[in-house]
Amino acid sequence: MIEPIIGRYLRLDLEGRTHRLYVEEAGQGVPLLLLHTAGSDGRQWRHLMNDAAVTNHFRCIAFDMPWHGKSSPPEGWQDGEYRLTTAAYTGMALAVAAALSLDRPVVMGCSIGGRIVLDLAAEHASAVRGVIGLQSSAFVAPYYDTEWLHHPHAHGGEVCAAVVSGLIAPSAPDRDRWETLWHYMQGGPGVFRGDLHFYKGEGDLRPKLARIDTARCPVVLLTGEYDYSCRPEDTLATAAAIPGAEALIMKGLGHFPMSEDYAALRPQLLAVLRRFAGIP
Amino acid sequence: MNFAALPARAAAAPGLARWGRHLTAQVLVDAGDQAVILAIRDGMLVSAGPAPSLMPRFDLALRFAPDGLVRFLANPPPPGWHDLMALMRHGALRVEGDLQPFMAHLFWFKGLFALLREDAA
Repeated sequence: MIEPIIGRYLRLDLEGRTHRLYVEEAGQGVPLLLLHTAGSDGRQWRHLMNDAAVTNHFRCIAFDMPWHGKSSPPEGWQDGEYRLTTAAYTGMALAVAAALSLDRPVVMGCSIGGRIVLDLAAEHASAVRGVIGLQSSAFVAPYYDTEWLHHPHAHGGEVCAAVVSGLIAPSAPDRDRWETLWHYMQGGPGVFRGDLHFYKGEGDLRPKLARIDTARCPVVLLTGEYDYSCRPEDTLATAAAIPGAEALIMKGLGHFPMSEDYAALRPQLLAVLRRFAGIP
Repeated sequence: MNFAALPARAAAAPGLARWGRHLTAQVLVDAGDQAVILAIRDGMLVSAGPAPSLMPRFDLALRFAPDGLVRFLANPPPPGWHDLMALMRHGALRVEGDLQPFMAHLFWFKGLFALLREDAA
């Protein structure tokens, strides 16, 4: 069986440096830009991009962030430390949308992706149709020493996967639990930690939430109950600070709903996507 | 919480020793009224006996808040209390001493303590 997902490479400049990004696409209709979690890649969206109930209505685009998956780090990477910032992440999402001529996409992201959609809604409402945040909150306080994620005395792939393993709900099927963890094991050295620079430090978006106008850019947040990184109470507090935002806490799901247990996410997500498909 | 049965249970767990194949350490587990020394050699749990009250020797200590450990051991555990890192987030687990064996073999430690949950069921 050949899947309907098509992969290509995109060359574009980000923050003044040339990049080569890997982009996957499936479906036709309203553009839907998909953002993966920290330290992983676009394969997290594999089930959604094989779901005709989605791809019959949406042109789904999932790209690997620079340094992640099949996207390369920029030339000269060996001389510096990778650190994701709010400006770089927002600029990257807008640049990919522009390069692919996406007309005001719906943007759906998970974890760091769920965080950055809040910035897009606050600062670039005219460039997006609406945003969906999975495991989304405006801030997460550090609760372990991230130095261990990139340390010569610990295998980077194994420690990154082991750290996030508990964020998956106990009921997730083993096949998808371990595929989700395999993506983490394949991450480059220091990349997950570099993403957490944004997630647990620089990217505190709490001051921007009141600025979001949900009449211009609808906001829906879906969070799995087993996530102790972006906890349900973090998502509910974020939604409460955005007039008009909706939040739903999902039973039996953790931090990677689209990858760990798509069957459990699907009915709740399709209900949201049906509404977003009708946004002019 | 049946620590005495843990070595046999760990030996029978598929894959656990492989995650810890380079793990050799003495680990103190402090859970309020119970203190246990885990002796680990090359990923095999050799023994899990009461810690001596005088001058216990260990490389690292896992100190649990007793009520946090009770929630962790429930089967199924409640959301937010289902993983060692979740307990750390709540302040219900402190890891002290040489953290390298713990972080470098985190899959092993998580797998071992999950086996303790099966005993509690």
